[in-house]
Amino acid sequence: MAGVVLVIMAAMLAALTVGAWPAIRKFGPAFLATSTWDPVAGQFGALPFVYGTLVSSAVALALAVPLGLGVAIFLAELAPGWLRRPVGLLVELLAAIPSVVYGLWGIFVLAPWVRTTLSPPLKATLGFLPLFEGPPLGIGMLTAGLILAIMVVPFIVAVSTEVMRAVPTSQREAALSLGATLWETTRTAVIPYARSGIAGAIFLSLARALGETMAVTMVIGNIPQIRASLFAPGYTIAAVIANEFGEAGGITLAALVFAGLVLFLVTLLVNLVARLLVARMAAGPGLIRE
Amino acid sequence: MLKPLSWFAALALSAAVVLGAAGTTPAQQPVTLTGAGATFPFPLYSKWSQVYDAERGVRINYQSVGSGAGIRQFMARTVDFGGTDGPMTDEQIRQAGGRPLHVPMVAGAVVPVYNIPGVGTGLNFTPDVLADIFLGKITKWNDPRLLKDNPEAKLPAADIIVARRADGSGTTAIWVNYLSKVSPEWRTKVGEGTSVNWPVGLGGRGNEGVAGLVRQTPNTLGYVELAYAMLNRIPFGNVRNRTGQFIRPSLSTTTRAMEGALRVIPEDYRVFFTDPEGRDVYPIAGFTWILIYGEQPDPVKGKALVDFLLWAVRDGQKYAPPLLYAPIPRSLVARVEGTLRTVTAQGKVLLP
Repeated sequence: MAGVVLVIMAAMLAALTVGAWPAIRKFGPAFLATSTWDPVAGQFGALPFVYGTLVSSAVALALAVPLGLGVAIFLAELAPGWLRRPVGLLVELLAAIPSVVYGLWGIFVLAPWVRTTLSPPLKATLGFLPLFEGPPLGIGMLTAGLILAIMVVPFIVAVSTEVMRAVPTSQREAALSLGATLWETTRTAVIPYARSGIAGAIFLSLARALGETMAVTMVIGNIPQIRASLFAPGYTIAAVIANEFGEAGGITLAALVFAGLVLFLVTLLVNLVARLLVARMAAGPGLIRE
Repeated sequence: MLKPLSWFAALALSAAVVLGAAGTTPAQQPVTLTGAGATFPFPLYSKWSQVYDAERGVRINYQSVGSGAGIRQFMARTVDFGGTDGPMTDEQIRQAGGRPLHVPMVAGAVVPVYNIPGVGTGLNFTPDVLADIFLGKITKWNDPRLLKDNPEAKLPAADIIVARRADGSGTTAIWVNYLSKVSPEWRTKVGEGTSVNWPVGLGGRGNEGVAGLVRQTPNTLGYVELAYAMLNRIPFGNVRNRTGQFIRPSLSTTTRAMEGALRVIPEDYRVFFTDPEGRDVYPIAGFTWILIYGEQPDPVKGKALVDFLLWAVRDGQKYAPPLLYAPIPRSLVARVEGTLRTVTAQGKVLLP
């Protein structure tokens, strides 16, 4: 089975490279450093898309990780049984909603809400930061990050809850017997033991956020530009492929496949780093280090 | 409790499949025609599929993926017909091989839609103002050039947020063809096509995406097909034509634009009739075409296809005005019928 997966991945890598070859030959590594995307003139640079992908995923994780971990800790440690099951189920149902439905909800509900309710206080208090400059349109990087965070929270919650519940009761009892409060028990006995699983959940979510397409393209504005501000519209690799693939041919198609190859490699890299991190952290439960 | 029910359901389903498969011979199976392309005529083609299936039992499956994608699918021969409002370029026709035919179906207007709190429908736009807004040169709603044409409108001192198409679109092709005709700067800087390098503007997917962006974001200006603007009740503007009148986009003004262009419609019907001469014409309108190959590979499907297209240019036209598309004039219908009679399959003409 593992062999089959490796073969499939190698085949995908090969197919992507073959498809992208004209663009690789024409642009080389400069593809990742230039910003023009001009199908008419045949000049392509993927920097704005790479930036957009990374920033929207970073915003998503910054919002989803604390929230997801908090919910997971509540569900695993504090919630009584009659509450844990329904809440857990509802959170997991979030993962079942199709991406395009999120996109529609985003454009009709979330974007106006961000524009009218969330952005004005942010602008008033933090508007001096380059991160919040420019007019809030509702459509932009912040809304895309928000939607991605909502889509990614179920993974963090589901995996972290399971991992934390799998911590042996003996660990908790040991901490409690030493006089720890409930929070101290969670912090010192449960979370360090569950660290590798939680890290795995976070990287799984990052991988999902990097590749998410429909929800993002409907709320991010689809403008290939690099701006420091979260209020500004942007573009991601997945979104540009979804929008332009239909009619692309020749060098445009090769450039899109090249961008897809870049996304594939970035996702692989993220997963590799995750594996290494998890392997290091799984060197034993927190208090006793090998 | 559930088990016997699911057993019964499985049995019933398999029985239905077996009987269904046994009951139909290849000659009795309904023909299904697949097409893909422009979002512009999608409401009309949907209506046509319903009616045609009820009348003749031929199923038409049309996916509105955008003209650019439709042309690609047509060239790749993954669909039976394509739909586009931007004609294929010479290069695309050469690459497609065979003898691709552009069959005009109806015409529609592309209108400037906007969402300005406190301003109703009917704002006046001149050609140069439209071009400069889309070039990013006019950035505020209360720009003097907009105020001059709209003295009574309470235009705010807000930035104009431009909305355009992110995907390859024939609606875009009509719009930028018009801008290229009225603005030399647009023609040199940006040019024409189903996708261009937009100087400014948020990108929406399909006419639906742009309509959604405009509806949800205040102080936005975009362009959509007239049907989308009217059915979604989005305020749309008037555009000044060559004779200096500010024309309200409508069925009648679109039809007049088309009639004016009849003299110059070439044999292959590939023409944009934007910015025409004449009174009471709305200047931003275009045909929408269905693309088929002159030589059909499959006689059964080919016959079904040309029968459908013949029906569409004759009986189908009456469904166009309620959906806000302009039917093509009689003289053009006669020409189109002549073109359809040249379609062959395996060497034989399909229409008697």
